[in-house]
Amino acid sequence: MSAITPPAHGIGLPVEREPSPPRGDNYLTHSRGILSWLFSLDHKRIGIMYLVGVLTAFLIGGIFALLLRTELLTPGPTFNSNKAEAWTFYNHCFTLHGAVMVFLFVIPAIPAVLGNFVLPIMLGAKDVAFPRLNLGSFWCWIGGAIFFTYVLLGGILNASFGWHLPGGYGLDTGWTFYTPYSTGQGPHAHSTDGTIAALLGVFILGFSSILTGVNFIASIHMLRPKGMGWFRMPLMLWALYATSVIQILATPVLAITGLLLLAERVIGVGIFDPAIGGDPVLYQHFFWFYSHPAVYIMILPAMGVISEVISTHSRKHVFGYNFIAYSSIAIALLSFLVWGHHMFVSGQSPLANAIFSLLTFSVAVPSAIKVFNWVSTMYRGDIRFTTAMVCAMCFIVMFTFGGLTGLFLGALSNNIHVTGTYFIVAHFHYVMVGSVLFAFLAGLYHWWPKMFGRMTDLAWGNAGALTLLVGFNLTFMPQFIMGAKGMPRRYATYPVEFQGYHVVSTIGAYVMAIGLFTIAFNLLHALLKGEKAPANPWGANTLEWHCPSPPPHDNFPVEPVAGDPYDLKSWQWDEATKQWVLDEQRARTVAGTEPTVHHH
Amino acid sequence: MLLSILAQSAYLPPRASTVAPEVDGLFNAILAIITFFCLVIFAAMIVFAIKYRHRVGHEGGASPGHSTALELTWTIIPTIIVLTVFYYGFKGFLNETVVPPNAYEVQVDAYMWGWAFTYPNGHVDPELHIPKDRPIRLVLSSRDVIHSLYLPAFRMQKSAVPGRYNRFWVQATRLGEFPIYCAQYCGQNHSEMLSKVVVHDPKEFPDWLERASDLAKQPGFTPIKAGGQIVAARGCLNCHHTDGTASTGPTFKDLFGKQEVLNDGEVTVDENYIRESILYPQKRIVKGFGPVMPSFLGSLKDNEIDWIIWYLKSISANYKGDMSAGLSGGAVATSQAAPATKPAQ
Repeated sequence: MSAITPPAHGIGLPVEREPSPPRGDNYLTHSRGILSWLFSLDHKRIGIMYLVGVLTAFLIGGIFALLLRTELLTPGPTFNSNKAEAWTFYNHCFTLHGAVMVFLFVIPAIPAVLGNFVLPIMLGAKDVAFPRLNLGSFWCWIGGAIFFTYVLLGGILNASFGWHLPGGYGLDTGWTFYTPYSTGQGPHAHSTDGTIAALLGVFILGFSSILTGVNFIASIHMLRPKGMGWFRMPLMLWALYATSVIQILATPVLAITGLLLLAERVIGVGIFDPAIGGDPVLYQHFFWFYSHPAVYIMILPAMGVISEVISTHSRKHVFGYNFIAYSSIAIALLSFLVWGHHMFVSGQSPLANAIFSLLTFSVAVPSAIKVFNWVSTMYRGDIRFTTAMVCAMCFIVMFTFGGLTGLFLGALSNNIHVTGTYFIVAHFHYVMVGSVLFAFLAGLYHWWPKMFGRMTDLAWGNAGALTLLVGFNLTFMPQFIMGAKGMPRRYATYPVEFQGYHVVSTIGAYVMAIGLFTIAFNLLHALLKGEKAPANPWGANTLEWHCPSPPPHDNFPVEPVAGDPYDLKSWQWDEATKQWVLDEQRARTVAGTEPTVHHH
Repeated sequence: MLLSILAQSAYLPPRASTVAPEVDGLFNAILAIITFFCLVIFAAMIVFAIKYRHRVGHEGGASPGHSTALELTWTIIPTIIVLTVFYYGFKGFLNETVVPPNAYEVQVDAYMWGWAFTYPNGHVDPELHIPKDRPIRLVLSSRDVIHSLYLPAFRMQKSAVPGRYNRFWVQATRLGEFPIYCAQYCGQNHSEMLSKVVVHDPKEFPDWLERASDLAKQPGFTPIKAGGQIVAARGCLNCHHTDGTASTGPTFKDLFGKQEVLNDGEVTVDENYIRESILYPQKRIVKGFGPVMPSFLGSLKDNEIDWIIWYLKSISANYKGDMSAGLSGGAVATSQAAPATKPAQ
């Protein structure tokens, strides 16, 4: 049981509830007008606004992925007959693709969209602990995202059409901004300005991430309802908690790195630039001290979604709850100790290489535990192939393969052969894209009925997900092979022996696009024409399924009491009403709670 | 296209170094481990998905919410596996790190966008030529940004970092030519920063080095030909095209004798301006180009600069002078002995 008595609604807010809203009123219809959205303190509306934002970023990043894959169809220049201009365009494309996808899509997708929407409802709370701070995070994100995209797109427009936008310096450094290339030693006079501008964008985005982390941690500590001790929390909350810890501890380091770059540029202190006594490898240490944990900011919430989805749609209590919960925390802590594995060939000491290699392997164990637990959860279940479940199974395929190929990279002698090649590109796309994207889609399909009160079409959704799975493997499996054969990454042109792999990879990217558009139309179709969703279409037992779909403005008219979040057997399908019905008596027995008024 | 993939069915490059078999052995062992685990996990998932799928009359069964024995098993087994993989990776890395005592040393200088390999006798070559069966110690640095010397056939890679020296060693086990790539993104022409390793028979290597060290001793030598070889070998042509198009630098075509507009002022491209631009490239930059060219001070000899000038004259319509000295094999003997401070011509 919880050690802290949770306040009913949120810190500092009155305990009394307003009278129940009129029937049919929900957070979408609660108030009208664009301003009622832009300045909403409602975590659900903020979550939906993040959804629009990250999907826009995903579209932009995706378009540039297709452009760069198209450029790579042949070794020669594709979009421009002048080689120098074609290579510059390509370099801007892969930088924009990587930077937008990492900072504006993969990092915020699950915590900011799904986390914001479901975390307070899962806690049975009215909102997050600090609703105004939450709106502030959102505006930081929007400001940072627009600024960041503008700087990067400006460079592309300049490179392609010669349009000079004020401040649109562009960036061709890759999303890693390695010094000294990023600080002016390049053939582009503006690269330092572009780097500083882009890092300023990342700096602003970082605040959004930090403040969201603070908010989630405070919410989970303070707002858990009666009956929800730490080990009664849905695993999604454990995952978001672990993610928030990383966001708070790692993000400031990236901000500091940006400030140091600025100090070097403005005051001329030699920090990273060897010409004035700095050390460019130091930059890599700073950068990866943030960016390695950031990989877990991406994957941990994905794991949380998968724990919810697999259990619910297999209609089975999640297997090994404690191991999954502890492994989230273990991964969060270990994630801070492995950054040096990005730098095995940079010239850091052999001893450091050995230590980082050993620590890297330690992360493999909690990750493996999770996969075994998810698969075991399906054992003796009653599995429904909903699109959420299909996406979750695709996640297991992607994550198992992506995670296991990490063994090649953790092993020092193998890493030295494949680092800086397409093998790395393939590996991190399996983990950060294949896994996180499928988990995000699984989460969207799982909570779409809750968000919008509409069911998605099963056949089209599954077709889209499977097309995406095929396209993804077609894109990235050849990249493993060409990487192992020695094809370096970030190459605008390549030896002709690799063309076969590049062609297959590009075709795969087009297939992925077809899959993603199918999914997009499927979700939009649900919004417009979808069947009305009941409060609990999946018979799940976490608290968000105990309130109507879509939830009313303040979620729960009466504070709910939490039971076992994975007690799915207490929900029985009622053939007469075509609905899942809660056997309250049984639920209380399972949860071991006193009988109370239970709203659903 | 598919056939070309199948034809190269091996998923690793040729093995040409002493460490390659060990690296590949570990690679194949890991491949076997991950194939096994993927099969087990995917098979379990698919079997469960089919066997326990929802259908009329099927009800989910009960199974324990956790099992300490099972969970400890699948914690301990992966731990043992990853520690074993770590051990062999570390062992291979130690072999790659500890340089044998009698190694032949080659300096590697990386720049945007090419490689300069300096041999013990002072010869600078754009390709890495090494004798077979002898340990070679490479000492890397960079003139500008971070590059990475990647030798896939040798399974070796190391960054070339400005302001510090990185070291590694290789020992070739096969004669032949193998690709060199830059594997650390370094700007516009990163993907064209290529070269090759040429592995020689140990008995023939000294002959190669002697021949390569002095272009004047090569058969068919003329200053124009030698100049052409140098601009190709030293990476000049990466930025200075010879087809009249401007790239990162001005084109070499018709450059000699041309009137160029600088950022401040003008200059006629003559012997002195070319020499100055090679040794002190930031001094007077043609308008529209960035200060990105590295200096070749101390790395190009005077006679080599002379040959480059002859080469530029030979491809310039603006040069109206006598070309015969540039075409004759003997014209070089005088300038070869010249002191380093002598102004060109």
